Amino acid sequence: MLRTKSNIRYQAIINTVMMLVTVIMVAPLVLLFISSISSERSLLVNGYSFLPKELSLDAYRYIFSNRQTIFRAYGITIIVTIIGTTCNVMLSAMMGYALSVRKLPFRNIINFYIFFTMLFSGGLVPSYLMWANTFHIKNTLLALILPNFLLSAMNVILVRTYYTTSIPEALYEAAKIDGASYLQIFTKVVFPMGKPILVTIGLFSGLTYWNDWTNGLYYINDPKLYSIQNLLNKMIQDVQALQANASAAGSGAAMQIPTVSVRMAIAFVAILPILIIYPFLQKYFAEGVALGAVKG
Amino acid sequence: MKTKKQKPRLTWTTFKGYIPLYLMLLPGLVYFFINNYIPMAGIIVAFKKYSKRKGIYGSDWCGLKNFEFLFKNDAALIIRNTLLYNIVFIILGMVVGVALAILITDVYSKRCKRLYQSAILLPFLVSIVVVSYIVFAFLSAENGMVNNGLLKALGLPAVQWYAEPKYWPFILTFVNLWKGCGYGTLIYIAGITGIDPAFYEAARLDGASRWKQITNITLPCLVPSLITMTMLNIGRIFCSDFGLFYQVPQNSGALFSVTQTIDTYVYRALMSAGGIGRSAAAGFFQSIVGFILVMGANFLVRRISRENAMF
Repeated sequence: MLRTKSNIRYQAIINTVMMLVTVIMVAPLVLLFISSISSERSLLVNGYSFLPKELSLDAYRYIFSNRQTIFRAYGITIIVTIIGTTCNVMLSAMMGYALSVRKLPFRNIINFYIFFTMLFSGGLVPSYLMWANTFHIKNTLLALILPNFLLSAMNVILVRTYYTTSIPEALYEAAKIDGASYLQIFTKVVFPMGKPILVTIGLFSGLTYWNDWTNGLYYINDPKLYSIQNLLNKMIQDVQALQANASAAGSGAAMQIPTVSVRMAIAFVAILPILIIYPFLQKYFAEGVALGAVKG
Repeated sequence: MKTKKQKPRLTWTTFKGYIPLYLMLLPGLVYFFINNYIPMAGIIVAFKKYSKRKGIYGSDWCGLKNFEFLFKNDAALIIRNTLLYNIVFIILGMVVGVALAILITDVYSKRCKRLYQSAILLPFLVSIVVVSYIVFAFLSAENGMVNNGLLKALGLPAVQWYAEPKYWPFILTFVNLWKGCGYGTLIYIAGITGIDPAFYEAARLDGASRWKQITNITLPCLVPSLITMTMLNIGRIFCSDFGLFYQVPQNSGALFSVTQTIDTYVYRALMSAGGIGRSAAAGFFQSIVGFILVMGANFLVRRISRENAMF
């Protein structure tokens, strides 16, 4: 663009507008963080604020002294996210690969079988009744992993498309001539070459598991199995939920709960991992959004 | 397919070669069967008087009684809320998304561009539970920033936000836009970057202003993707973001008149004693109408631009 006077003015205007938008996007998260390090007293007097009168780490100290509850919930979220994401990526990769083999008999029928799940859904009621009353997953760790998020048609389709378009047919042929079996072609050629798409879908699957609170809401009422999101969900009405296990373990119970700030501190701790990885994996996040947009 | 190749007869020996591939497909296919197909068949529960002991298939039929109850009482409110919110979300999402996309692609500095793109996608990554905490930090009656900071400074009386329905259509719309507009913006940015730069060059040579370029080049070129996005959204117009309507208003009963949508209704009825019938009826309605709309929307997209259709 030419550096004319009107161009410079135009740039100044759009940058100002976008700076404002950036502030609107980020400010609420900043408020969350500042609230978590405000002293309880200043919160009670002045409310949540960007400029608290007094800072304090009491909320984090409290979290640490009550670590059984929070670390447990955190651990459950981590386990669920790792298992769920690994399964999602592995299943999507295997299915995407098998369906990218053009000569596979019944390929179209299987493609339709997978695709149809995107068009029609039975909804919450039958699926709840099935998971709860037929498979009895209520109050087990499986309830946080199995329903809904283990595999999605979208991911299978994305991987399949990537394999068919980005990996040259000649590579398969070469492997075939060398006498490689389908399984070997998968593990030695296709899987390593398809890493970018697997990272992208893995990232989104991980995000889904990390942020999910619905499965916990439907199927978990044992506080020992709360994920971090479910703990937050309980705490918004009742901060005492934090102490559910603490008294049993007998530590930190004597400490006064800084109720107003501790809520925000736990919420901040819950998004911290995302805030940390986001700058490094931003490219993949943006790519995933664009990919998902192509086909619903 | 016009050029039909001679398909070799499928014999056991050729089929045998594919068995490893079928084994790789098997776990996923089983999962789809359990997670998706069994519940699809299970929607007949809407026509049954469900008893836990007898299960979905063993329970007695009850005809349309569940629907009668639903449509006599709650249907109008939940359908109205779901539709109105979605219409507002679709229109605002599109206007704001396109506007931000145009602004961002026009930014000259690469570093600023990256910063803006990262910032607008950030709320998309935050869980709705945490969003409800952030909203609480602003709106809490005792400690909220709006009551304590803003209204007090202006000399206005405090507002019991979680008990006043009239504000919530605006609050929910704003929260939805804040959380979701980055997603749309990134999609439209991809669309704008795909426009041939020669168009703009020619326009500049003719002395077209920036505004003229936007209205005569950028927007017309975006029309196909705008239509596609809108159609996809219309296909989902009977679905609502459960978290936004359940979690952000903190399940507050005083707000149900403006926060109850089909999804929150299905959940609340399912968890209440004896509510399973109307819950199933509402869910059935949502599934079937949703399916019809998805098929219809796709049919329309196919007629407008084939390559953007889902199937």
